[in-house]
Amino acid sequence: MRARNILGIIFANMYDDCLHELTALRTMASVPFGGRYRLIDFHLSNMVNCGIDKVGVVTKGNYRSLMDHLGNGRPWDLARKRDGLFLLPPFNADSSRSRSSRLEALIDLLPFIESADDEFVILTDCNVVCSFDYSGLIDFHKNTGADITVCCKRGIRPNLNDLMTFETDSDCRVTKIAVSPKLTEECLYSLNIVLLRKPFLERLIAEAKSLNYRSFTRDIMQSNVEKFKIYAYEPEGFIRTIDSLKSYYDISMELLKRENRKELFSADRPVFTKVRDDMPAIYGINCKAKNSLIADGCHIEGEVENCILFRGARVGKNAVVKNSILMQGTIVSEGAHLNCVITDKNVTVTQGKNISGAESFPIYISKGIRV
Amino acid sequence: MPRKQECIAMLLAGGQGSRLGILTKNIAKPAVPYGGKYRIIDFPLSNCVNSGIYTVGVLTQYQPLELNNYIGNGQPWDLDRAEGGVHILPPYQQIKGSEWYKGTANAIYQNIHFIDRYSPDYVAILSGDHIYKMNYDKMLSYHKEKNADCTIACIEVPWEEASRFGLMFVDSEGRITDFEEKPKNPRSNKASMGVYIFTWSKLRQYLIDDEADPNSSNDFGKDVIPKMHRAGERMYAYEFDGYWKDVGTIDSLWEANLDLLNPQINIDLDDASWKIYSRNAAAPPHYISADSKVENSLVSAGCEIEGEIDYSVLFSNVTVEKGACVKYSIIMPGAVIKEGAVVQYSIVAENAVIESGAVVGEKPESMKDPSAWGVAVVGAGVTIGKGVTVPSKAMIDKDMKGGN
Repeated sequence: MRARNILGIIFANMYDDCLHELTALRTMASVPFGGRYRLIDFHLSNMVNCGIDKVGVVTKGNYRSLMDHLGNGRPWDLARKRDGLFLLPPFNADSSRSRSSRLEALIDLLPFIESADDEFVILTDCNVVCSFDYSGLIDFHKNTGADITVCCKRGIRPNLNDLMTFETDSDCRVTKIAVSPKLTEECLYSLNIVLLRKPFLERLIAEAKSLNYRSFTRDIMQSNVEKFKIYAYEPEGFIRTIDSLKSYYDISMELLKRENRKELFSADRPVFTKVRDDMPAIYGINCKAKNSLIADGCHIEGEVENCILFRGARVGKNAVVKNSILMQGTIVSEGAHLNCVITDKNVTVTQGKNISGAESFPIYISKGIRV
Repeated sequence: MPRKQECIAMLLAGGQGSRLGILTKNIAKPAVPYGGKYRIIDFPLSNCVNSGIYTVGVLTQYQPLELNNYIGNGQPWDLDRAEGGVHILPPYQQIKGSEWYKGTANAIYQNIHFIDRYSPDYVAILSGDHIYKMNYDKMLSYHKEKNADCTIACIEVPWEEASRFGLMFVDSEGRITDFEEKPKNPRSNKASMGVYIFTWSKLRQYLIDDEADPNSSNDFGKDVIPKMHRAGERMYAYEFDGYWKDVGTIDSLWEANLDLLNPQINIDLDDASWKIYSRNAAAPPHYISADSKVENSLVSAGCEIEGEIDYSVLFSNVTVEKGACVKYSIIMPGAVIKEGAVVQYSIVAENAVIESGAVVGEKPESMKDPSAWGVAVVGAGVTIGKGVTVPSKAMIDKDMKGGN
């Protein structure tokens, strides 16, 4: 079904710390991913692809790159007179401090939520890379009569603080919630994509405010696991949670497999992003490129293997780049060798340099650095 | 009324481009794809915005659906504006009846009221058939400096090709002294680029007079400009020395695409100060597999390449399967080249499918009669069946069934 009666809320800064290298200068939402995207693109696209046309993006700090990326929301068709995209930075210094948790941010946002005339709310973070059709989630929520539906995935729990894991009965109703338990085996863990009725959310927020609750997972979810009908929904598709630089690297590299690309970039659910108007990628004479994802605006004259090249990356003659992620505007000069390296935006590796990490420990070079 | 504008542009985009054959069966020539992600009209539109001209009328007539859809509200070119912006101007019914655009001058004549709304001092008349990057603002400064009534952009072409163009004779001041339309024995190699700037008050009167002339074909090149010249108006040539190419024929369209791969040729689409804007496909970066071999080519977003690509231009979402080989070819959006197929010296239009083992196009060297060689074209949505051979110079607009 189309979901015009759903308000989307995206938390841009949640779990910033787990990827502190990439979020030093930006929000989790604006972390570059997959050769031309920012993490928030997947969530905005999931929302607009199922018909959601009002989305609030909640930020706490470091959000200049995010504002630059989102603009007025046009790439997602969210530049509207009615509804559309709402950037929700802290109201003032006080509210910036008070946005340290999801629940505190929601308390801060209550007026925005109340002003919407939608029936439902979807809450989501940005550290999950996923593309799936929300209509399955919405149908599930309605069919089960859930108070709260949480999207989740079975597998090894990502190493994040404050992450819920669930036990469910045969109808997918959650019977027990643990918060970041020490588990080594597979479990059902939360993707932090939550659907609930808006009046219900408003009630929860008002209650939380009056009772001075601090934690969404503990004070709302965990304490009410018997009282509320909480259901776990397992979406299908390419769904991965980023919990560290290593997992960012591994998940990026998974895109070199065709089946993963097909799931993440399905033709009926395009992933939209800001347009940069680069020309197509140029392959030079005698260049060698294998098993790589290469964006518009790249110039390849050297050798590239098992890499992800963002828009406008350059690999010079006789340069060899393997198992690496080169973000927008990276320049690898003649004769340089890179292996297992992540370069942030506008990094320059000068002639003949040799930088090598390991697949289990990729080397990160931060924005604008000249090696 | 809108605020007065110093200069507005009128873009002639109604042409069929019949020499492009099946490529313009369902689309107007300015909407023909070029350069891996562009359409021809992106060049004049981007030139306008980059030159500070934010009011552009686009005159459409032939098969306008795709073109209208492509231009939309003009946002990709920053032409969605509160004042001015891009306007699509098809012919319309009037109280005295309705008529098509009879010629280029008549098309502008029929839109005098549109132009008058902006009370411009100057009007740039552009065509949607050429690939070039040009600063119209510099040309306008020249026009003003010369106190000209009409300035025509011109480019020096090789002498042996000069007879295909409208040629100009220019004195030391840059003033045009004479014209020659496609002469057998050219005495000048300064060719008109189809880019004009007129002082609007002057042009307006000439358009009205030309419309009243029953013997006129209502064309700029044939009627209005010679009339202005005969009347002794101040007509100047503005010399341009960058890359300019008329992509009016299959061969020239093919060549102009491959020019992008030639480092000797001065058309840099990567120039941040003069970007060519286009409506972008929402596609992921392209993928090249471990088995592929890609050299000396342009490849766009969304492509999946497992075969061999050499000296070719691939538009968005093209698939080239294992063992397939694409050489010296232009592959337009969404086309699929299946396992083991060979595409060479060809243009494959949008969403065409080349089944496995098919061979499209021929090398000039392998022709018995090299003079009979030409680029092969597979039309939009056409399927070339398994093992089918498409000869040089063929134009295929219907499915060709193959063997099993």
